[in-house]
Amino acid sequence: MAHPLLTVEDVSKTYDGFKAISNLNFYLFEGELRTVIGPNGAGKSTFFDLLTGRTQPDKGKIEFGTDPADTHDLTKLDEVAINRLGIGRKFQTPSVYAEHTVRENLILSLRGTRGVFASLFHRLGSTDTDRIDELLKLIRLDTKGEWKAGLLAHGEKQWLEIGMLLAQEPRVLLVDEPAAGMTDEETHRTGELLLSLAGKHSLVVVEHDMAFVKQIAANGRVTVLHQGALLCEGKFDDVQADPRVREVYLGRGKHGTR
Amino acid sequence: MASPEKYAPPPPPSDTVAALLAFTVLAVLIMPTLDVFGVIDHFTLNLWGKYLCYALLALSVNLLWGGTGLLSLGQGLFFALGGYMHGMYLMRMIGDQGQYHRPIPDFLVFLGWTELPGFWKPFEHFSFAMLLVFLLPGVIAGIFGWLAFRSRIKGVYFSILTQALTYAGALIFFRNNTLMGGNNGFTDFKTELGFSLREPATQRGLFIATAIVLIGVVIFLRWLEGTKFGLVQRAIRDGENRTLFSGYATPAFKLFLFVLAALIAAIGGALYVPQVGIINPSDMTPEKSLEAIVWVAVGGRGTLLGPILGAVFVNMLKSYATRAIPDLWLILLGGLFLLVVLFLPGGLVSLPEKLRGLWQRFRPTPTPAPAA
Repeated sequence: MAHPLLTVEDVSKTYDGFKAISNLNFYLFEGELRTVIGPNGAGKSTFFDLLTGRTQPDKGKIEFGTDPADTHDLTKLDEVAINRLGIGRKFQTPSVYAEHTVRENLILSLRGTRGVFASLFHRLGSTDTDRIDELLKLIRLDTKGEWKAGLLAHGEKQWLEIGMLLAQEPRVLLVDEPAAGMTDEETHRTGELLLSLAGKHSLVVVEHDMAFVKQIAANGRVTVLHQGALLCEGKFDDVQADPRVREVYLGRGKHGTR
Repeated sequence: MASPEKYAPPPPPSDTVAALLAFTVLAVLIMPTLDVFGVIDHFTLNLWGKYLCYALLALSVNLLWGGTGLLSLGQGLFFALGGYMHGMYLMRMIGDQGQYHRPIPDFLVFLGWTELPGFWKPFEHFSFAMLLVFLLPGVIAGIFGWLAFRSRIKGVYFSILTQALTYAGALIFFRNNTLMGGNNGFTDFKTELGFSLREPATQRGLFIATAIVLIGVVIFLRWLEGTKFGLVQRAIRDGENRTLFSGYATPAFKLFLFVLAALIAAIGGALYVPQVGIINPSDMTPEKSLEAIVWVAVGGRGTLLGPILGAVFVNMLKSYATRAIPDLWLILLGGLFLLVVLFLPGGLVSLPEKLRGLWQRFRPTPTPAPAA
């Protein structure tokens, strides 16, 4: 079997005595679309924080790279360095630059110039503008390129942020609740978009909406987190049938019933 | 989902070019000419020179506050340091024309010095003093900014620290042993590059120089807004996390901006000293920096025209009020700030638009126009 792109082994993280993540193992392979579910407080956001360098684990290893001889230790890198390695993150609440136009949001996200002095004299090339036009079409905002992003509807902001993520051409996309606040139709389209990205990119999608999870996890694997630990992992149907999962997640609360 | 038709396309960029052109003609040509022919008196022109220096300070505050979301309550420090560095040159140019008729500044004679302390010596060169006008504030802003941004100090904590920084500066400069004139600071300047500072022509030259510098800074800031750097700057203001997680080392951008803002304030201070004729540590007290915040808020934060307008307007009001109703000035200033925050959050620059809105609301309903 190939070496995973993302290797998380025996990772724990405690906040003020609260175990947000405990002894977690997680392997993501190149081109995979992995769905992560779990009730509120299961540690999904902390998991993303650990992967993106926002916080560091108390113990365990987090490595990036498929070549065992040349992996990057993500616990030693900050947000910026990890992003530049090719790990992009979409936040739970859509984080777009409200005062910038949709197009400018994408320009800022395009792969390339990131330095202070380089950005002073950066010029947009025609390949860049072509890429932006292409992305605008993909996220169905091609008629709203000159809109201020703050004026977009919630679902559109979610799409814009996914577009911003794609503009970075990352190897791994970490997507936190992409379907929140979307209509059923928008949700379905989002699912199709994510599915079309798998293979070219590797994705980890955190989601609550079960219909959506069923859609995107059709061919992939689902990881269930519970109280910061791995509860089970497998195909959607197997996971759904697992009595432990039903116990902690599917069978109770307001989530997972849609 | 909101209907897209409800929103107008983004408004066109404000007509900065026209405003700039008008200002250039007014400040560089008309006002000095009126001064030459005695239509406005020298005092008025000099006062306006001071306002324009304050406008530079306001632009410095705005670059950080309006442009980047960093509320620095210590920009007065950099303004004063620029002033002090230029002041050291002006003090040296007094020569032995002081009260004690000694070849060193009076306050040093008073402290018992018979010759110049080492660090004062190179300030007899204008070019050295000008270098230090930029170097000292730049280095201090660089060190402070590096420490603060690297430690991810943000929001109100950053504001408090900058306030502490300028206060610390004031305390250091209040000491006589700092050898910078103690609480009296520097004053009684005689000449600048051989020209007497008492001559109206010299003051006129300084006014024109200030106007040109201000225009240069505005053009530079306008250019900066249009670069990718400007995009990143405003992105940091509106969503620093998103910027950071998009691969931008935001601390480096903020450091660059903090140093740049310090330099803009420092030029303002350097131009202020020969025109006002005095610099002392009270210019470093937090109140002074806070006043500059009020100018920016009153004029219109986040625009280029607003801070200039605010600095000039509030200081005109101050010049008038501190003579006419001195006891009420601070109440007036506080009231003005409240009024703007409550009723005109966009500041004076947003007034025309606001008035247009009111006019639309209250004008008599027009009779429907016949179909064309």
